[in-house]
Amino acid sequence: MAESKKYPAPVTNPETAQFWEAAKAGKFMIKRCTACGEPHYFPRSICPFCFSDKTEWEEASGEATIYTYSLMRKSPTGPYAIAYVTLKEGPSLQTNIVDCDLTSLKIGQKVKVVFKPTDGAPLPFFTAA
Amino acid sequence: MTIKGKAYIAGIYEHPTRHAPDKSTAQLHAEVAKGAIEDAGLTKADIDGYFCAGDAPGGLWPMVDYLGLKVRHMDSTETGGCSYLIHLGHAAEAIAAGKCSIALVTLAGKPRTGPMPARAAGAEADFEAAYGATTHNAYGMCAMRHMHDYGTTSEQLAWIKVAASHHAQYNPHAMLKDVVTVEDVINSPMISDPLHRMDCCVVTDGGGAMIVTTAEIAKSLKKPLVRLIGHGEAMKGPRGGKDIDLTYSAGVWSGPRAFEEAGITPKDIKYASIYDSFTITVLMQLEDLGFCKKGEGGKFVSDGNLISGVGKLPFNTDGGGLCSNHPVNRGGMTKILEAVRQLRGEAHPKVQVPNCDLAIAHGTGGLLGVRHAASTCILERV
Repeated sequence: MAESKKYPAPVTNPETAQFWEAAKAGKFMIKRCTACGEPHYFPRSICPFCFSDKTEWEEASGEATIYTYSLMRKSPTGPYAIAYVTLKEGPSLQTNIVDCDLTSLKIGQKVKVVFKPTDGAPLPFFTAA
Repeated sequence: MTIKGKAYIAGIYEHPTRHAPDKSTAQLHAEVAKGAIEDAGLTKADIDGYFCAGDAPGGLWPMVDYLGLKVRHMDSTETGGCSYLIHLGHAAEAIAAGKCSIALVTLAGKPRTGPMPARAAGAEADFEAAYGATTHNAYGMCAMRHMHDYGTTSEQLAWIKVAASHHAQYNPHAMLKDVVTVEDVINSPMISDPLHRMDCCVVTDGGGAMIVTTAEIAKSLKKPLVRLIGHGEAMKGPRGGKDIDLTYSAGVWSGPRAFEEAGITPKDIKYASIYDSFTITVLMQLEDLGFCKKGEGGKFVSDGNLISGVGKLPFNTDGGGLCSNHPVNRGGMTKILEAVRQLRGEAHPKVQVPNCDLAIAHGTGGLLGVRHAASTCILERV
C-alpha cells in the first residue's frame, strides 16, 4: 500500500533548489547559520533565529529520533504514520515513517533518512534505523 | 493604551442549520449577518465596519458588495478557526480608535455539503505537503507526546467529550444530542493514534455572526451589556525545527496577555468557551491558559469537572464543536456566541451558570501540531 503511494514532485524555487539537487544524489541537506551557529530546517536563505544572511548548506547525517507520531488508520492509500523526528544535528522536522512496522513505533526510536522517488526530485522520509 | 471595556458585543446569531445543501455560502453569511443585526436591534445601514476570514467567498471585496454594506473599516485577518476571536480584538481596537462604531463579523460555510477550498501554499509546502498532515494526525501527534511526557490517558481525554455531550443534550440544534460515557469514547474506532472517533469534533454546515460596538451605542440598545475587557493573540510553529514542543499551544502567550489586560486571573472565570476541535485541544489550552499546571490537564478535566452544575469550570455549554456545531471547521465564532449567551443569562436553563459575570472565549486556528495561531478574549457582563 504505502510502497505504491505516489508522492507529489517538489515544485522547488531558487531558495531551495540546492536541497533538491542534493536529494537527487541521495544527500540530505540542512542549512546552518555561520553567524549564530544554529542549524535549521526547512532551508531558508536568511536565518530564522538571528536573521543573518550567512547561511550555508550542510549535509546532515540522516540520523534522527522520533519526537512524536500518529498512525492515521484510514486514508485512500492505506494507513500511514506522520511524525516529527529530531535530527542528530538538532532541528526537528515533519515526515512520514515508512518501510517498517508502523504498529510498533515509539517516541525516542532511532530512525534514518530514506528517499522516495517522485516525477521530479526525490522526497526525504524516515525509516527504522 | 488598552481596549479594556471599549467594545461591547451587542448582537449575536448562530445559524440553526447543521446541513445546508440548499443554500449558498454567501447566503449563509447574509443570513447570520441579518440574525446578528436583528438581535442587536439595529439595521444594516448602521454597520460601518466589517470583518471576515478565509471562509468568506472571495474575501472582503465580494462580501462587502454582496451584503450591500457601506463601511469605513475592514479587516480580513485569516488565522483559521480562531480568526473571529482575533476579529473581536481587532474590532475593539478599531472602535477604540474611532475607525468604526458598529462592526459586523461573519462566519459561514458548508464543509458537510462539499469539499473545502484549498489553502494557498506556504514556504514550507515542498517540505511538508507530501506527508499528509490532516487535522486528525496533527492533533494526534500532540496527544501522543502529551501522553508520553505527562502520562495523560485516553480516559482523561474522553471526559472532555463526556462533558460536552452532557451539555449538548439540552441544545435542540446540536448535531449530536446523545449523552456518552468514557467507555463510549475509548471504544469508538481509532482514527489517528491516540485519538478515537469521539475525540473528534463534528463537521457541520452553518455559521454565526456578531455585532461589536461602542459603550454608548450598546447602552442605547435593549440587550444585556457584554463587553470585551482583555484580548490576546499569538502564533506558534516549528520555527526552523528548533521549537519542537507539541505539548503546548500559542495560548501560553495569548492567554496571559488577555488576563493581564483584563486585570483578572483564571480563578475569576465563571464560564469557559474553549475551542474543541479535538479533546486534546481543550486539555492543552486549559493548561496553557493557566486553569491548571502544565501536565495536570488530564486530572483537571476528569470526573465531570467541565460539566455545568457539577464541576468547577463549566465549558462549552452549547455542546461545543465536539457535539453541537463546528461550522466550516472553524470554532472561534461559536465559542464567543455561547460565552455571550452565558453572560446575558440566555444559555439553556439546565446549563446556565448562576451569576455568570466573567467568561473566557479562547481558540486556536491552523494545525496545533504543525503551525497555528491562538486568540483569547475575556468578556464581562456589566
